[in-house]
Amino acid sequence: MNAVNARLRHEAPTPQSADQTELHPELNRALVRFIGLGKTYNGAQGPVAALQGIDLAIQRGEVFGIIGRSGAGKSSLIRTINRLEQPTSGRVLIDQIDIGEFDEDRLVELRRRIGMIFQHFNLMSAKTVWQNVELPLKVAGVPKEQRQRKVRELLELVGLQGKHKAYPAQLSGGQKQRVGIARALVHDPQILLCDEATSALDPETTQSILGLLREINQRLGLTIVLITHEMAVIREVCDRVVVLEQGRMVEQGPVWEVFGNPQHEVSRTLLAPLQHAIPQELQSRLQGQPASADAATVLRLKFSGIDREEPDLAALFSALGGRVRLLHGGIERIQGHGLGQLLLAVSGSSWGAEELRQRAGNWAQRVEVLGYVV
Amino acid sequence: MWFDRLLQGFIDTFLMVGVSSLIALLAGIPLAVILVTSGKGGIYEAPALNRALGAFVNLFRSIPFLILMVALIPFTRLIVGTTYGVWAAVVPLTIAATPFFARIAEVSLREVDHGLIEAAQAMGCRRWHIVWHVLLPEALPGIVGGFTITLVTMINSSAMAGAIGAGGLGDIAYRYGYQRFDSQIMLTVIVLLVALVAVIQLGGDRLARDLNKR
Repeated sequence: MNAVNARLRHEAPTPQSADQTELHPELNRALVRFIGLGKTYNGAQGPVAALQGIDLAIQRGEVFGIIGRSGAGKSSLIRTINRLEQPTSGRVLIDQIDIGEFDEDRLVELRRRIGMIFQHFNLMSAKTVWQNVELPLKVAGVPKEQRQRKVRELLELVGLQGKHKAYPAQLSGGQKQRVGIARALVHDPQILLCDEATSALDPETTQSILGLLREINQRLGLTIVLITHEMAVIREVCDRVVVLEQGRMVEQGPVWEVFGNPQHEVSRTLLAPLQHAIPQELQSRLQGQPASADAATVLRLKFSGIDREEPDLAALFSALGGRVRLLHGGIERIQGHGLGQLLLAVSGSSWGAEELRQRAGNWAQRVEVLGYVV
Repeated sequence: MWFDRLLQGFIDTFLMVGVSSLIALLAGIPLAVILVTSGKGGIYEAPALNRALGAFVNLFRSIPFLILMVALIPFTRLIVGTTYGVWAAVVPLTIAATPFFARIAEVSLREVDHGLIEAAQAMGCRRWHIVWHVLLPEALPGIVGGFTITLVTMINSSAMAGAIGAGGLGDIAYRYGYQRFDSQIMLTVIVLLVALVAVIQLGGDRLARDLNKR
């Protein structure tokens, strides 16, 4: 029953030493690579390790998510890509070039290839929308006609045609982030870094900004690296995800895989709001032993990555026998993979709890007997 | 007769304050920028320079104007060739106004959100771009407000300069009002000063408000 998962786990990239990864062609094509990256701050109570032993490869054109609780090192990690943060050990390669020793000239040139948007937008309050988007071009010495063409094109892309003369204070949060996105894209960058870009926005605006990011990723082929503490954001847009905890990578892989079968306690905690817990009312009715002969057995069927045919419920129910009631559950699709769980109450079946569990295993990746209800 | 004297006094005060404040503006902003950017975590971090400059500014800020003016007499003679009149007063006024204004401008520059500096760096700004396109425009409303305060303070100080022969409204008030008990002239001087300060304050507030887009 676990064939699917076993295969995928085998394929999932695992952290390797720098020597091994050097020879791996897949990794050498990576757009961004971290090799043994570490960052130590000098805190009040001695050195604090913000990042330790980060080995990662971000591929061209993917949307890569970095998730973790606050203080896990996400901000530090994303900032090493454009060297707003200077790592204390290890290397960052962009297009196979180590950016560690870049002087100001090369750093400026690099940063023009990497756009960045921020949680609090960081727009210049004294400049209009137009001037904000124009600023990166202006400091790069781009001629005026070219600047005007580019700024107009980008404000149109983010849907702010009518707001050229507005100041940031006159805009809503979502509009401000759109200005931020236009400003970040004005040099046609290869990479877009998103630092908690939707964390200050309401759910509806978050959806529209995420939609815009996905559109940009697909239309312009831009590689997006985003950090967030919200699993919903990862689910919405990311292809792959890495989970950070106390500066270390604890889990990484395709989003559907990490979501379907989180291995680390931190990933499970972060995922908790998205997972269907057993409703409290049902939980209180559950009993460890069947109270009477007609008590129903409660089964939990977990689906983590349905990529073949979806479960045939009629077949499942007839295999279980008796009367099958659906208590709770649902399936959602992430990157084309079905993930979710069903809670079933089986009564009047000729099978015992253990047999029911084994029979249901033909349809779900994992089956548990939770207890009995009357 | 006394009207001419009042007009002359007004012009002298205007000149003293105007010239010294203008120099303070031109010198104080770079000074403030250096104070902010050379500080810890600043874009031109230089702790030794920062401490030296900070100490220098504090030194001049802590000397009362009357004492500073007297102490600077030899220096004033060296610069303008005389220790008497409007131009002689401009020297100590400028030297008092520059560190005063620099400290106020420094506060405004320091209040610029660090996120904006980070955003500027991320978009490929060089350090002087950050000063010119981010720090100064973002701090401008605060700097205008600070300059207004400097102007008003300088009017105050220029009256003291009048007492050692600089001329201006302060001098007239002292000679006619204090030494001759001519309360009519005294009152006129007060009215003129109040009007001058009010115009400066209102104008400065208005400009700062128009510049503030936050």
